[in-house]
Amino acid sequence: MSRSSPKPARRRSDLLGDSFTALCGGALALNLLLVVGILALLAWNGGRYFWQRDLTELTMKDGKKILGEVWETEKRPTEGQRAGVDRLRLKTGNRDLAGLDFAWIDRKDIASIATPPKALLLERLEYGNFYGSIREIHFDGKVVANGGDASWRAFGPLHEKKRVEQRAVEKLEKGEIGEINAAIESLRLGQKKLDLSTLPPAEKAQRSAALAQDLAEREAEYQKLADHLSAMRTALERDTVVLEAVDGTTKEIPLSAIVQAIRPNSMSGIAKSGLYLHRIWSFITDDPRESNTEGGIFPAIFGTVMMVFLMSFAVVPLGVLAALYLREYAKQGPLVRIVRIAVNNLAGVPSIVFGVFGLGFFVYLIGGSIDRIFYPESLPTPTFGTGGILWAALTLALLTVPVVIVAAEEGLAAVPRIVREGSLALGATKFETLWRVVLPAAAPGILTGMILAMARAAGEVAPLMIVGMVKLAPALPVDGHAPFVHFERKFMHLGFHIYDVGFQSPNIEATTPLVFATALLLIIVVTIMNLAAIALRNHLRKKYAGSAV
Amino acid sequence: MQELAPSPLPAAAREASAAGRDLSFSPQIGDPILEIDRLSLWYGEKKALKEISLKIPPKKITAFIGPSGCGKSTLLRCVNRLNDLVDGVRTEGDIRFEGESIYDPNLDINRLRKRIGMVFQKSNPFPKSIYENVAYGARIQGIKKKTDLDEIVERSLHRAALWDEVKDRLDESALGMSGGQQQRLCIARAIAVEPEVILLDEPCSALDPIATARIEELMQDLKDQYTQVIVTHNMQQASRVSDYTAFLYLGELIEYGDTGKLFINPIKKQTEDYITGRFG
Repeated sequence: MSRSSPKPARRRSDLLGDSFTALCGGALALNLLLVVGILALLAWNGGRYFWQRDLTELTMKDGKKILGEVWETEKRPTEGQRAGVDRLRLKTGNRDLAGLDFAWIDRKDIASIATPPKALLLERLEYGNFYGSIREIHFDGKVVANGGDASWRAFGPLHEKKRVEQRAVEKLEKGEIGEINAAIESLRLGQKKLDLSTLPPAEKAQRSAALAQDLAEREAEYQKLADHLSAMRTALERDTVVLEAVDGTTKEIPLSAIVQAIRPNSMSGIAKSGLYLHRIWSFITDDPRESNTEGGIFPAIFGTVMMVFLMSFAVVPLGVLAALYLREYAKQGPLVRIVRIAVNNLAGVPSIVFGVFGLGFFVYLIGGSIDRIFYPESLPTPTFGTGGILWAALTLALLTVPVVIVAAEEGLAAVPRIVREGSLALGATKFETLWRVVLPAAAPGILTGMILAMARAAGEVAPLMIVGMVKLAPALPVDGHAPFVHFERKFMHLGFHIYDVGFQSPNIEATTPLVFATALLLIIVVTIMNLAAIALRNHLRKKYAGSAV
Repeated sequence: MQELAPSPLPAAAREASAAGRDLSFSPQIGDPILEIDRLSLWYGEKKALKEISLKIPPKKITAFIGPSGCGKSTLLRCVNRLNDLVDGVRTEGDIRFEGESIYDPNLDINRLRKRIGMVFQKSNPFPKSIYENVAYGARIQGIKKKTDLDEIVERSLHRAALWDEVKDRLDESALGMSGGQQQRLCIARAIAVEPEVILLDEPCSALDPIATARIEELMQDLKDQYTQVIVTHNMQQASRVSDYTAFLYLGELIEYGDTGKLFINPIKKQTEDYITGRFG
């Protein structure tokens, strides 16, 4: 390489330095690329799932017709032909008729491809999507519509009516019946408690009779509601639609089992965009259906966020107090150094080990003791003596406490000695100095530790699997029944949901995109929680540090 | 020459007394507020202060001068027992504050520090608002009423000649102030707890000449109410602000006297060498 400028010849070490700089920059660029790549991959694969594709009708060379959404095309490797054979992966739905949701079709077997504008897609509560058309609608025992177009026109209002009824049923089940069930359960437990108690027999009998009377009243009430419910259910199921697939097979299902009916091929771009947003919204806010393969993931989001919050409430005081002792009170010496090394190493212990510890210590020892002391009437059914959100949060608090200790120690060490002396010189005690000056000044550092701990906890799955995380929780840990927050309940978690949906589901082909969507959502949830904590930290920095620092 | 009042001295100090150290250069101070009596201090094995005795008069400014490492800051920090916090420090001798030993085991050290305020070499405002900085000492003493605190803050800031500059931004962080303002805030913070003595440890070493002049002016204003002891390595400053000056060298008190006399007509050769700039 020659240059016109009269620069001295480059020294060897200079060249070495330059290439090293380039190497460092390259490594950073590669890292950034990987992060962006991960996010883009998740966003693309997850986001695509919610977009409604056109319905394609394939007429095969042997005369058979197939209707579905083309999800991908690929080359099938075959013997002899090097180029392979083009084939399509079609989501054909109609699981109740065909048994499978997906079909592979070789392109060479296809006679013609069409996108019929009247092709219908039904989202159902059971058996996934249906592709085809509506042949008849039965309402109030009569056939109110016959044929594809007439049925489509009649469908909307009738379906809406049924959806209203369906919601009423759900409300009854979750609301009043749920309450009566809870009341009956507590009466039963009251009876058991009475049996275990040491009251004189006369009083025991008297109270027992009162309880029994209460119970009988409640049960009568329950019976009434249950009868009402079953009448409503019968009414719901009386009105049906007859569906017809493209191959002519028919199936009759209740109107109320349909979530939504659309004709994607005649939808405008705007309508499709609206549908897209609506689906994302339902994904975030709905409960899962069909063993997590459909519906939303709200309970998993809720469980993750609540567990992380509980964990933060536990880990910050624990970590900060430990750091205060290590940094401010303990005499610095070999022992403190050893403790510090041990704390740092604790962060490297495999998380499943913490899970096992949590199971043995929190669940069996502490939870079991709580059950024996406070809930003897429920035994042998455990209340706290089984995995639950509180134990999961505490287990993760132990897992993340080293991070908080280290960050808090650094935060404390960064408070200058002269500031502490300033406080002492005003007559403040050591405790007052720590409480009023040192801790507030160290708060941003402590919050940094909390942020790191939250990020770690939100992504942790392995230890949670044995201390309270489940595939499908029957109820959220927070609800309308006293005491409103149920620390003993099991919970769902986004991290485990990804594993469950992607690798444990009966319908893996259909749910793979959900894995990406859920993973993206997990990242978004963690990011939002971290941003909130960072905002808090910046607020504190501003409050305590001012513009000069 | 005034005889030292007989006092319950530690044995070592009494021996030193018997050895009869020459204190003839000390000024005549009738009724000292602080009396440092044969004070020695060790950092581990190193003896940093060697049997220093001096009396500090009330409502005057006393300056400690001397080259770096001579022990003047250490001596100052003994007065409010801030050296207790340093590992490996051991003292002998006594300091009496208004006639009572500050090393008395029954003494409430926090009360002592309340009565003997301190301003540090580097301004050290707390990372809080200006208001909270000044109110800190009062809050420590359990004053909670907002009107009382307001009054204390305003009075202290007025006294430190800072009120007009900061009255509109009391809720802003103290760390956003200039260096000179921060140092005056530290003075305001110190006088907010109504001490009797203010110790100033090189309060102007990080300030420009204008900010230094303002602090010196402030010290003169405060003379009517407070006893001030200033450590400085700046001899002009000592001669400008102080009434009495003590010259320390290698942990020993070389000369202590009226500032005017000490600077114009020092008794000891070392003092003369130092103030004329021959070493230090």
